[in-house]
Amino acid sequence: MNLDMKVLIVDDFATMRKIVRNVLKQIGFTNMTEADNGKNALKILKKENIDLILCDWNMPEMPGIDLLKAIKSDDDLKNIPFVMVTAEAQKDNIIEAVKAGVNSYIVKPFSAETVNEKLNIIFKD
Amino acid sequence: MDVKIINPFINATLNVLETMAFVKSEAEKPYLKTNNHSKGDVSGVVGFTGETNGTVFITFDEACIVKVVSNMFGEELNEINDDIKDAVGELTNMISGQARKELEEIGKVFQGGIPSVVSGKNHELMPMTKGPRIAIPFKTDFGNFTIEVALEG
Repeated sequence: MNLDMKVLIVDDFATMRKIVRNVLKQIGFTNMTEADNGKNALKILKKENIDLILCDWNMPEMPGIDLLKAIKSDDDLKNIPFVMVTAEAQKDNIIEAVKAGVNSYIVKPFSAETVNEKLNIIFKD
Repeated sequence: MDVKIINPFINATLNVLETMAFVKSEAEKPYLKTNNHSKGDVSGVVGFTGETNGTVFITFDEACIVKVVSNMFGEELNEINDDIKDAVGELTNMISGQARKELEEIGKVFQGGIPSVVSGKNHELMPMTKGPRIAIPFKTDFGNFTIEVALEG
């Protein structure tokens, strides 16, 4: 897995973005950017070359599931791996995300080891 | 009071603190809480609804939560500030989600409310329901916290 890849962290809570950033740093990622909702994430995705998205579910304006659907229906963006990182662990949420094309689903709380394992599965050669 | 509903909140709290903040905790003797006075400096509060309704409070003393959040952020913090209060809200959100997942596995489906945070010395914790309230104190190497569960009925 290329740890120089650019990661977009999407969460409406600045605190949670900080926590995710710290976890990614523990794995070895150094190139991260952030958005505080789905709409702002889309703006970044249209302007920058993002290699991986880590996104929360519950956000105002554009929840994570809607961002996921928007990305997967955009030919320019659909191949960017999308990982949902959320406290919503109930089956219906997971099923909805899988149907929408999520590449991985990480339930909070999560350790750096868990995130690393999930990302290695996505980026396996 | 149904321990099948309380235990997942305890399990979730222990797991969240250990996974996200590398903080291990040890439970002490539970007791019936008969007032609204908090046992610490900052609390996360979350309601849940379903086959019964209830409120969960997780109250940390300052030393404990400062260590927890410092570990989560990967930086040294010194006192309760807005970032720490936000982190308490997020911890409470994770605990609520994980507890409800465990409850779903035993056939009890609950919806979780949006967590809130209350802080300050001697802050009061008002449950959203009327009913018995159990408090479980915990100690860690860095300070203490208490989980309280108030259930309707």
